[in-house]
Amino acid sequence: MSTINWYKYASPASFYGLAGKMIPGFAALSGILFIVGLYIGFFVAPTDAQQGEAYRIIFIHVPAAWMSMFIYVIMAIYAGIGLAFNTRLSSMMAQALAPTGALFCSIALFTGAFWGKPMWGAWWVWDARLTSQLILFFLYIGFISLQAAIDDPKRSDRAGALIALVGVVNVPIIYFSVKWWNTLHQGASINLTRAPSMAHTMLAGMLIMALACWMYAIAVTLYRVRLVILERERHSTWVAQLLKDMK
Amino acid sequence: MTIVMWVLKRDLLLAMRRKSDVLTTLFFFVIMVSLFPLGVGPEPQLLKAMGPGVLWVAALLASMLSLGRLFAADHGDGTLEQMLLCPESLALIVLAKTAVHWIASELPLVLMAPLLGLQFGLSGDALWVLALSLLLGTPVLSLVGAIGASLTLGLRGGGVLVSLLVLPLYIPVLIFGAGAVDANASGLGAGGHLSLLGALLVLALLATPKAAAAALRISLE
Repeated sequence: MSTINWYKYASPASFYGLAGKMIPGFAALSGILFIVGLYIGFFVAPTDAQQGEAYRIIFIHVPAAWMSMFIYVIMAIYAGIGLAFNTRLSSMMAQALAPTGALFCSIALFTGAFWGKPMWGAWWVWDARLTSQLILFFLYIGFISLQAAIDDPKRSDRAGALIALVGVVNVPIIYFSVKWWNTLHQGASINLTRAPSMAHTMLAGMLIMALACWMYAIAVTLYRVRLVILERERHSTWVAQLLKDMK
Repeated sequence: MTIVMWVLKRDLLLAMRRKSDVLTTLFFFVIMVSLFPLGVGPEPQLLKAMGPGVLWVAALLASMLSLGRLFAADHGDGTLEQMLLCPESLALIVLAKTAVHWIASELPLVLMAPLLGLQFGLSGDALWVLALSLLLGTPVLSLVGAIGASLTLGLRGGGVLVSLLVLPLYIPVLIFGAGAVDANASGLGAGGHLSLLGALLVLALLATPKAAAAALRISLE
């Protein structure tokens, strides 16, 4: 039984090739799952008794909100590994994940606003979940702009890692403080928790959409990390060889 | 411990020699607070409701603006590198520097805040709670800000960048600080909020000097 040498793919040069091979698979999976998920969401899932058809935005809103939180944690883990073990590729992955996380975060915020208007009559309410999602968006922006402001890649990786870790420690503190702030300031005029019994098809549609978002996030991140690798390793011989082969 | 005393003494002396720095932060705070009634109108009820929040947000911004001075001068003349080379714990040095930053930039705000609170029609009771919440909360701002200040050391546009990094992290302090005054006004009692602020302070004292020291090493490598 031969064991795979995992450390091989810690090198940006060999990971570049592996990522290139993996992207089409994840992209295709994500495309199929998006089609299936949207079909279930729009045609199979029943109309909600209270919210009518407008609730269907849930199929993109909830997966996007989930993704924005997962990606922040994953980004912080990658950044932390990069900081602790000095593995360049982990830091590149963290850098590549950040824009996708910020994208999902803004999708969640905007679709939330579109949902809120017909349901609550307001584009925005200072509800605990909405506010903490907004703050999460700010954390993403902070991470991205700090990395963008530092030219030296090594310093930018490590500074970004530190702020991502500080952010991850702070996320629960921020979440609970916003929650308490909300309950103290305004009564439970708007309750976001839906009826517990959700139709099975609704749940299935949502989970398939979440999976589709995962696949999309992986494909896009791998694509972006390839670009990051090329940019950072542009002076190395293997990139020069790659460019020569392309011609 | 001697290193802490040494840094405290030196930085306090430097702060005393540059009195204008202390005063600019203080007057920024005063001007900032005075702008709000001009912007939203002079109705006493509205101002009374807004007062604690306005004072707290102004304190947040004033504290953030003064962060640039925390390490910049020592970075400029190379003292900071000597501090990094020094065998003593860098976290302790950072802690001492942050303490002086708090005394020079934020303590004056804490002392001035009750006076400005009077302009917003806050009651005597509320003013006490406000001062107490600022006293507990502003050191957290300095401590968390030290991480942002050390990460952005010597970067172009560092001043604006530090606000993006630090302001989201200030939110819990703002919520509990302004919330303490509100809770007091609504008869709930400010004890819970002040205890939470105290807890944040303890947490920040334990964790942030190490993080800021690590950030300094990253920035000055």
